[in-house]
Amino acid sequence: MSQYAATFAGFGGQGVLTAGQLLAYSGMKEGKQVAWIPSYGPEMRGGTAYCTVVVSEVRIGSPIIRNPQCACVFNRPSFDKFVPWIRPGGLLVVNSSLIDVTTDRTDISEILVPANDIAMQAGSVKALNIVMLGAFVGASNVVSFKTAKAIVQEKMGAKREWLPINLKALEEGFKLAVDSGKTKVKA
Amino acid sequence: MKGNEAIAEAALRAGANNYFCYPITPQTEVAEYLARRMPEVGGVFLQGESELAVANMLFGAASTGKRCFTTSSSPGISLMQEAISYMAGAQLPCVIVNIMRGGPGLGGILPAQSDYYQAVKGGGHGDYRLPVLAPSSIQEAVDLTMLAFHIADKYRNPAMVVGDGMIGQMMEAVEFPEKYIEPPLPPKDWAATGAKGRDPHIIKSLFLDPVALEKNSQVLHEKYEQMKRDEVRFENYSVSPENEALIVAYGTMARICQTAIDELGSEGISAGLLRPITLFPFPEKQIYDEASKKNIKAVLVVEMSMAQMFEDVERAVVGKKPVHFFGRTGGIVPTPEEVMSAVRRSLGAESGAKRPRKKS
Repeated sequence: MSQYAATFAGFGGQGVLTAGQLLAYSGMKEGKQVAWIPSYGPEMRGGTAYCTVVVSEVRIGSPIIRNPQCACVFNRPSFDKFVPWIRPGGLLVVNSSLIDVTTDRTDISEILVPANDIAMQAGSVKALNIVMLGAFVGASNVVSFKTAKAIVQEKMGAKREWLPINLKALEEGFKLAVDSGKTKVKA
Repeated sequence: MKGNEAIAEAALRAGANNYFCYPITPQTEVAEYLARRMPEVGGVFLQGESELAVANMLFGAASTGKRCFTTSSSPGISLMQEAISYMAGAQLPCVIVNIMRGGPGLGGILPAQSDYYQAVKGGGHGDYRLPVLAPSSIQEAVDLTMLAFHIADKYRNPAMVVGDGMIGQMMEAVEFPEKYIEPPLPPKDWAATGAKGRDPHIIKSLFLDPVALEKNSQVLHEKYEQMKRDEVRFENYSVSPENEALIVAYGTMARICQTAIDELGSEGISAGLLRPITLFPFPEKQIYDEASKKNIKAVLVVEMSMAQMFEDVERAVVGKKPVHFFGRTGGIVPTPEEVMSAVRRSLGAESGAKRPRKKS
């Protein structure tokens, strides 16, 4: 893997931009080139939000990525929009708490993460983005779990009472992905 | 760091403690960031009632010799043009950052490069130019913002940094210099700092005597000629004697072209990129030299606007080679694939494709 792009997509408030930022910070901590590109434009409250994160061992050229290796989709509209764009051999991480369909694509690996439910068990449904991030890390190995954990501690440590919830969410998401056995992803 | 925030921090570290603004997408994070940071460094953060007010506040602050700046986006920059022309006429240094969106008119809010003419060719009235710096990464946005203050002071002229919305919104890793060191500058012995015990310094752009006005314009002209000699900046990517095509692009567009060049390479098409970092002064000699090389069959200008920089490239190439254009606008950012087929078209390698513009 010299360059890996992942899109995080959901509706506003689900924390997709934050999840992407944490991935970018993690890549940076591992000494890689990173870019975080948000969707921006006129949007209504509760509308769609997405960002693409590029983690690379070489200089990042175009920040516009049409076909990412991975999409982490948080809601149904994002599933419909982004699944077709995933590069063959890529990875799809689905928030199965809100999305009740699975892909019929056979050229990508799919991992179903009941992120809302896991987050609730961890202490707050708000941590669903961290569950998704954990699952992404577990399934893709783009950054190490150790790095992601350190970044969550560093960037989200200010809200002390939330930190254990976020760390638990990250770990549960990670474990689920690793246990699902789909840890090998072609870059 | 997000591009807008990085620009804000870079300006502070270059000693610019006076910031005037009026919010507009996609650069509002600069103001948001500075509203928090300025009080920490004891600087001035002032949100004006309009862009007109902001630009004239800039005029006032610049007159005192203090480093000052504003940030805005295309329609906001249009509203500032009167004061920018006045500042150029009165020889006042300041920095104006334009995070460009699609135009004309109110346009849209997505990334574009459609203010090239406005930035490079004047924008306001009169015989003046602005040095214009165009970053293509967040690190470069930091470096060039800092440099813009230096150039503004060195030439006593407003300087502009132009980024497209992508530069403003994207996050990348950045490093700030531990301590900001710049080459020595002449003292600001023209500034209005209080005239007690000396003759007043008069700062104005009104010269009713035509001889005096012509002289002022000649002084300005000489500065712009000096910029052309000393301030041209550019970067080459994959430029080699094997190149069949030379791409000229700046800002975010240049990065997309880099990816296109890499992919074309694997198809056996050799293309190089010359990326102007200064849009004025323009690297016309360098473009001429590259375009003149034996193997080059075509020059392709790629913009997120409709053939604006194209004219400067055409002028630089002076008919030596065919100059083609490819661009998208309105907030649509061309993909590497689109650039690749534009390169193939300009080399005549894609059948049935019409050449967008040609001069030979």
